[in-house]
Amino acid sequence: MSEHGYVAATSYSQAQPGLGGYQGGFGAAPAQPHYGHYGGAPQAFTAPPTAVQKFPTSSGPGLPPPPGTGHYNPNSQQNGAHMQRYPPATYGQPPQPSYNSMASPAPPPPMQLTNQMSGMNLGNYGPVQNPPSATSPMAQQPFRGPPPPNAVQPPMPPQMAPPASMSMGQPYPGAPPPTAPGGFHQPGPGLAGPPGPAGPPGYPQQGGPFMGGHMAGPQPGGFPGGLGPQPGPPQKKLDLDSIPSTTQVIEDDQARHGGQVFSTNVRGQVPPLVTTNFTVQDQGHASPRFIRCTTYSFPRTAELAKQCQVPLACVIKPFARVPKNEAPLYLVNHGENGPIRCNRCKAYMCPYMQFLDGGRRYQCAFCSCVNEVPVFYFQHLDHMGRRVDFYERAELSLGSYEMVATLDYCKNNKPPKPPAYIFMIDVSYNNIKSGLVRLICDELKTLLDKLPREEGAESSAIKVGFVTYNKTLHFYNVKSSLSQPQMMVVSDMAEMYVPLPDGFLVDFQESRALVCNLLSQIPEMFTETNESETVFAPVIQAGVEAFKEADCSGKLFIFHSSMPTAEAPGKLKNRDDKKLVNTDKEKTLFQPLKATYEDLSKDCVAQGCCVDLFLFPNQFVDVATMADVPSHTGGSVFKYNNFQMDTDGEHFLRDLRKEVQKSIGFDGIMRVRTSTGFRATDFFGAIHMNNTTDVEMAAVDCDKAVTVEFKHDDALSEETGAFIQCALLYTTVGGQRRLRILNLGLNCSSHLSELYKSCETDTLVNFFAKSAYRAILNQPLKNVRDILVNQTAHMLACYRKNCASASVASQLILPDAMKVFPVYINSLMKTPPLTGSTELATDERAHQRLALMAMAVEDSQLLLYPRLTSLHYMDVSNEVPPAPTRCSEERLTDDGVFLLENGHVLFLWLGQASPPDVIQGLFNVPSLAHLQAHVCALPELDNPLSKKVRAIVNDLLEKRPRSMKLQIVRQKDRPEMMFRQFLVEDKGLHGGTSYMDFLCHVHREIRQLLT
Amino acid sequence: MATFPEYIAQNEERDGVRFSWNVWPSSRLEATRMVVPVAALFTPLKERPDLPPIQYEPVLCSRATCRAVLNPLCQVDYRAKLWACNFCYQRNQFPPSYSGISEVNQPAELLPQFSTIEYVVQRGPQMPLVFLYVVDTCMEEEDLQALKESLQMSLSLLPPTALVGLITFGRIVHVHELGCEGISKSYVFKGTKDLSAKQLQEMLGLAKPAASSQARGSQAPQQPQYNRCGALALRGNVADQILWRVLASRFLQPVQKVDMNLTDLLGELQRDSWPVVQGKRPLRSLGVAMSIAVGLLECTFPNTGARIMTFIGGPATHGPGMVVGDELKTPIRSWHDIEKGNAKFMKKAAKHYESLASRASASGHVMDIYACALDQTGLLEMKCCANNTGGYMVMADSFNTSLFKQTFQRVFSKDVQGAFKMAFAAALEVKTSREVKVSGAIGPCVSLNAKGPCVSENEIGCGGTCQWKMCGLDPSTTLALYFEVVNQHNAPIPQGGRGALQFVTQYQHASGQRRIRVTTIARNWADAQTQIQSIAASFDQEAAAILMARLAVYRAETEEGPDVLRWLDRQLIRLCQKFGDYHKDDPNSFRFSETFSLYPQFMFHLRRSPFLQVFNNSPDESSYYRHQFNRQELTQALIMIQPVLYAYSFQGPPEPVLLDSSSILPDRILLMDTFFQILIYHGETVSQWRKAGYQEMAGYENFRHLLQAPVDDAQELLHSRFPMPRYIDTEHGGSQARFLLSKVNPSQTHNNMYTWGQESGAPILTDDVSLQVFMDHLKKLAVSSAA
Repeated sequence: MSEHGYVAATSYSQAQPGLGGYQGGFGAAPAQPHYGHYGGAPQAFTAPPTAVQKFPTSSGPGLPPPPGTGHYNPNSQQNGAHMQRYPPATYGQPPQPSYNSMASPAPPPPMQLTNQMSGMNLGNYGPVQNPPSATSPMAQQPFRGPPPPNAVQPPMPPQMAPPASMSMGQPYPGAPPPTAPGGFHQPGPGLAGPPGPAGPPGYPQQGGPFMGGHMAGPQPGGFPGGLGPQPGPPQKKLDLDSIPSTTQVIEDDQARHGGQVFSTNVRGQVPPLVTTNFTVQDQGHASPRFIRCTTYSFPRTAELAKQCQVPLACVIKPFARVPKNEAPLYLVNHGENGPIRCNRCKAYMCPYMQFLDGGRRYQCAFCSCVNEVPVFYFQHLDHMGRRVDFYERAELSLGSYEMVATLDYCKNNKPPKPPAYIFMIDVSYNNIKSGLVRLICDELKTLLDKLPREEGAESSAIKVGFVTYNKTLHFYNVKSSLSQPQMMVVSDMAEMYVPLPDGFLVDFQESRALVCNLLSQIPEMFTETNESETVFAPVIQAGVEAFKEADCSGKLFIFHSSMPTAEAPGKLKNRDDKKLVNTDKEKTLFQPLKATYEDLSKDCVAQGCCVDLFLFPNQFVDVATMADVPSHTGGSVFKYNNFQMDTDGEHFLRDLRKEVQKSIGFDGIMRVRTSTGFRATDFFGAIHMNNTTDVEMAAVDCDKAVTVEFKHDDALSEETGAFIQCALLYTTVGGQRRLRILNLGLNCSSHLSELYKSCETDTLVNFFAKSAYRAILNQPLKNVRDILVNQTAHMLACYRKNCASASVASQLILPDAMKVFPVYINSLMKTPPLTGSTELATDERAHQRLALMAMAVEDSQLLLYPRLTSLHYMDVSNEVPPAPTRCSEERLTDDGVFLLENGHVLFLWLGQASPPDVIQGLFNVPSLAHLQAHVCALPELDNPLSKKVRAIVNDLLEKRPRSMKLQIVRQKDRPEMMFRQFLVEDKGLHGGTSYMDFLCHVHREIRQLLT
Repeated sequence: MATFPEYIAQNEERDGVRFSWNVWPSSRLEATRMVVPVAALFTPLKERPDLPPIQYEPVLCSRATCRAVLNPLCQVDYRAKLWACNFCYQRNQFPPSYSGISEVNQPAELLPQFSTIEYVVQRGPQMPLVFLYVVDTCMEEEDLQALKESLQMSLSLLPPTALVGLITFGRIVHVHELGCEGISKSYVFKGTKDLSAKQLQEMLGLAKPAASSQARGSQAPQQPQYNRCGALALRGNVADQILWRVLASRFLQPVQKVDMNLTDLLGELQRDSWPVVQGKRPLRSLGVAMSIAVGLLECTFPNTGARIMTFIGGPATHGPGMVVGDELKTPIRSWHDIEKGNAKFMKKAAKHYESLASRASASGHVMDIYACALDQTGLLEMKCCANNTGGYMVMADSFNTSLFKQTFQRVFSKDVQGAFKMAFAAALEVKTSREVKVSGAIGPCVSLNAKGPCVSENEIGCGGTCQWKMCGLDPSTTLALYFEVVNQHNAPIPQGGRGALQFVTQYQHASGQRRIRVTTIARNWADAQTQIQSIAASFDQEAAAILMARLAVYRAETEEGPDVLRWLDRQLIRLCQKFGDYHKDDPNSFRFSETFSLYPQFMFHLRRSPFLQVFNNSPDESSYYRHQFNRQELTQALIMIQPVLYAYSFQGPPEPVLLDSSSILPDRILLMDTFFQILIYHGETVSQWRKAGYQEMAGYENFRHLLQAPVDDAQELLHSRFPMPRYIDTEHGGSQARFLLSKVNPSQTHNNMYTWGQESGAPILTDDVSLQVFMDHLKKLAVSSAA
């Protein structure tokens, strides 16, 4: 199904052959046959009507400077703007005058404004559903000051001496290029300061969608020349601070929204960044914790969408954790009639349904069908046309809520049984020798008390079962009525089955004595084993069969050590062939090998069997194949290479604990409905699709997200906007069948500037990463990388062309909302899956590839831009953790101590000249030289520094979905290489350009596109 | 010379042999005209407490094709220390250990009273006894409980060194590992998939590690000069042996070691816990369970005495060997279905069990079947398992009956020496003198396919061989052996010549010893033309009846039914023609001599018996009856054919009465023994008295005693017989009285009761012919010149 779909552009051209006009330029580019749909970009660009080109510029095309002045300083302005916009509880205030945002001395044509503002509903008191924007655009525009885009100028040579202090306060575009519009800098670095020339505090000026930074660059000639190809000498002189900084953006957003309440009462408002700490108040649209979109303003037509090539997608994380201070989801019960749904499109009752006829009928917001209101549901309307019980019914007033599903929504019309967890432990020689089996068994004794349970339930309804295996499978009967556990050995691998109908899955509380007895015995039983062969597919099959037998859904926790080489279905052999790297066949390394596993996935999904795989390999195990089932069943794969009890034990246990305890739903089926004019066309995630619309999820937990891509069917209406309703039918951990409904309204605009303004870089990157990672299954890596660069360039060029005020061609102008987009894309291209290097383990690459496919925005963001914080200057008394710095070697200092984490790895980097007192404080050794080579934990010392650092580390381990192993590296030590590959702004260790080079490269591409 | 009956009794007592003819017609032609072949019922392990086993090994004839054992019939030259084989006339030197031999110092085997003698083989290791329990768990709680108790009890009866194993099955087959501490461990198998021995071996982890043997293999050629190479290999072998014993020992362990463990294991045994939907039979993987049992022993203890004891509570409904589907609405096949070809699982199932039986018998293992269920369990399909391996087949309604419990207990009965009355892995070889050859055997045995000069081309029963394997046998196991006189008419046997036979039975004694029992017999030849009288006088009609019956049953099992009856009738008519005394075409003139007089009556009852009649019997019952008939000794078999009836009345002491409806009188109590049932029938009056409770009243002690007498006699029978008979206490008009009514000769039926006048007795509602009618017809046919 994934032939196309890597990127938005693709399908535009392909899905709509009608757009013949573009075909020539847009269609499959002959030059890149493999990836036709996608690849057309560069050439395509020439096709769009030139007319558009200048349309949106706010200032005269030829006059870059004047507006520039105003605009510049995007950060602060944006900051200010948002604060104003969303003061807690103030949404009811009258709209701010629109002028505020119009900083530009030369007011943009009204039309443009309108466009820009069209999505703003802030001013409305009324129900969201009826945005008045159409009629009075001005009134609404208020604050949504269009965030100014950013301009960057990478290659400015010497004079840009970077400000000495690169502290956070520093805005990115450090030094103005000499020739550059001076205005750009006026506001100066002070992001804090309300810039804008005039206007109310904090209101930026920037009317123009684009802005300006200018790539000041020297002349085109000079610039490009130095770029791209030769990343060499010239670059050194370029200053990092001159290019957009992710940490800065994050920090700014945090400063703007941190601790604030984000009320979802306005259609199409861009939420704060994932990294920002804010509180959500659901007022009709689903919290961004559940859904995030690449852009909150969809282009009105397919043509526009195609033109800009910005993918339209959303990332849905249905079980996202909701902080304690936000309301948990309401549970709506419509009684035995079941949820109220539109007769035609089957959308569920939601705030966007419009009641007519005195409340007797309602019109579906998705398909416009007019439905009768069921008698029991009838309610009168108030003078606003709103139901009187608006506030009493979650489904009328909230963006996200749950509904009780009736028997019609259950398999075979029978109420589901509570799910079960089966622990399947590989007891072959390796795992016994490493002590892993004992570790797991001991941990389970306590961990099983903490199984997830229904809200308010006294104990968990989840049943547990145990299997051990090597070449054969061993099932255990731990029925509470037995005097001792019974072990049943199944050695026939050809047709797996569960040999006992009851007593296998038990209630832990009831069978505690027997289970503990069993867990104590398992390590002993296999002490003498010398069996080193294992099976794998039959193990999963056994789990599925067990669930079938018990007629329930559930999750398998498989603890596996080696490649399954024993004679059995799904037997694997070593196919790790480094010679394939960088060839057209490299994709085979990522492709799962056997049809066995494909069938197994289907079986699992059909039964609601989620598979979690904990791998403890000492060599190649073919993760691509072994992780295939987990990656389709909502499972996770954990990998502990060369597992050592003392260094990895705790790390693994943390993962196990998180995995067992996390909130989760089973046997899910998700449907994403959209209002007319567009539809969901592609889905990425740990899911299975039998058809094109139903997303089947054996399980979905609080860390799993599904990325959904949308395409136009037809033109959208700016007036009504675009609605998305995601309905997830699932079984709770307590065995209840429920629907989780997430609703989101988006704006539509005929102006691309609106789109660029309301882009969400992190979500975009999530989409790009997933689509690229999927594409490498079918295409050579090089194509995929090229496509990424091309599309990036295309998107930015389109912005430049259509939205930015005219400027010198040599200027690199980035939309504000996307100003750090390139750094992510560059980082993405340097990730192991997209790096063709023989030095990278195939398993590692496959593992990362699969891990990302189910990632939510916050995880992909962190993965692609690791958090690097310096600990040495930290104020230990300050509650707030130190702010991150940019991931570049330049930021490291010999006397520094840095912590780097990306959700998967956690490094403590010690500079060569680390102050002895810091070392003493952290490790209780006098100097770096005394530090043991393989320390992997911080000793518990009673001094403020140690406490603080440990607190930070523990907080991270707590917060992240996965545990991380703390690796301590010393500057210039060999292991430092590992650390360095996460400095994503630098040149990649295994190839891949530095951020600076990449930006230059993109810039050149853009310029090519524009000429 | 003693009378023939005495002679026969004496021979039976000493050698366990009964011949149809005790004087043999001296030519092939004459022999065939005798109608009843020269044949013997031979009980190889007839209990001979007076016969001490000899602690050395037999002396064999040195001729390779003969290898007969030195016996009292051999001519011995004491001076030359030579003996002449009486079968092949080879002259043999005595072995050195016999150097002291002389007329006055003869070894036992030369003494005439030791025509049957038992040797103990000194070589070879002591073999353990192996008992593998295969237990069905798809049964009612009560039944299972009773079975568990019986099994636990049986552990105490096993010798401490005996190895035991446990396989349980329902939908899934569990092979239990014994002696696990803290956890009970079993290997499980799906009931739908048959496994070869090799697969099973691998799955149970019993495969000998290939690596070690390979290593040895590669080592050997490298160092051929290594002078202890042989020793090395031997040691390797021993190590292998030990390893393999250790592996196997997970499933089969000495009783003394796992007694407690196994008792607990049995105690914890639960009913098969797979849910059974209403209207369905539980899925019972019997076929695979038995296959696994066979496979397990096959790879661990080949050619060692072992019993697979299968306890089943219903038919196999699953996988290979299934005899009925799991839908309750389709009943298990009846004879009617079989005749109509509607028994769709039968052939396949029978094939499955046949292959198991042949595997088991090839490795010398016994398969017992204890089937306790109200409905059929598929004994028809499984019969060969018991029949071919000499195993027991026991059929009862429930495990919770004394019938099963007692029977099972009796399996473990012991002789005076304290050894089980069971022997294992026996091979019987028959040697014949030149004039006679062996045609075949019928009984619980399989052919070993040993060709030789003694083998007749003319096969009867299991023929074409002179050796048979009996994996399990007990003191009552009796084979029917059929012979053919091959001497030509024109080559008369010199006067005084005797035909000789030697039965050599090698077996594993319950004590673990290998033993060889040798029985050597000779019978006189007689020229049928001149000495027909003496041949006729030597006729053993009881033996002949059983021998013919076995043949008939064998034919019935392997051929179609009605033909067998016709064949049997023809044989009888021919016998009458040959030995009767009559005038042609005058039925009234027909007379039979005393030695033949009972034979027609036996045939009459045989025709009516469940061995040949399937009416009113389920296929399982038929198989069960035939199984018992084919292995029991003569007297028991006779009872089966013609039940014995005793009458108890105030008229006198208990007396045997005719098996005839006329014996059923109101003031009598009848005790009928059909071997399978012991039935006490109270006549109409007696039963009224009993109902009135006279036996409780003072002054009626004699009535009480009368009631008690048959009960006591029945108890005696019940306690001595294996398998324990079904005990029935009924009275006139009682529903169970049908057992009696179906057995007696219907001399009075609803058709003739009024014409028969005042004769007392009970009319039988049947259209079957009575003995009288049968005899009349027989006479008519016998004297008919047309026949």
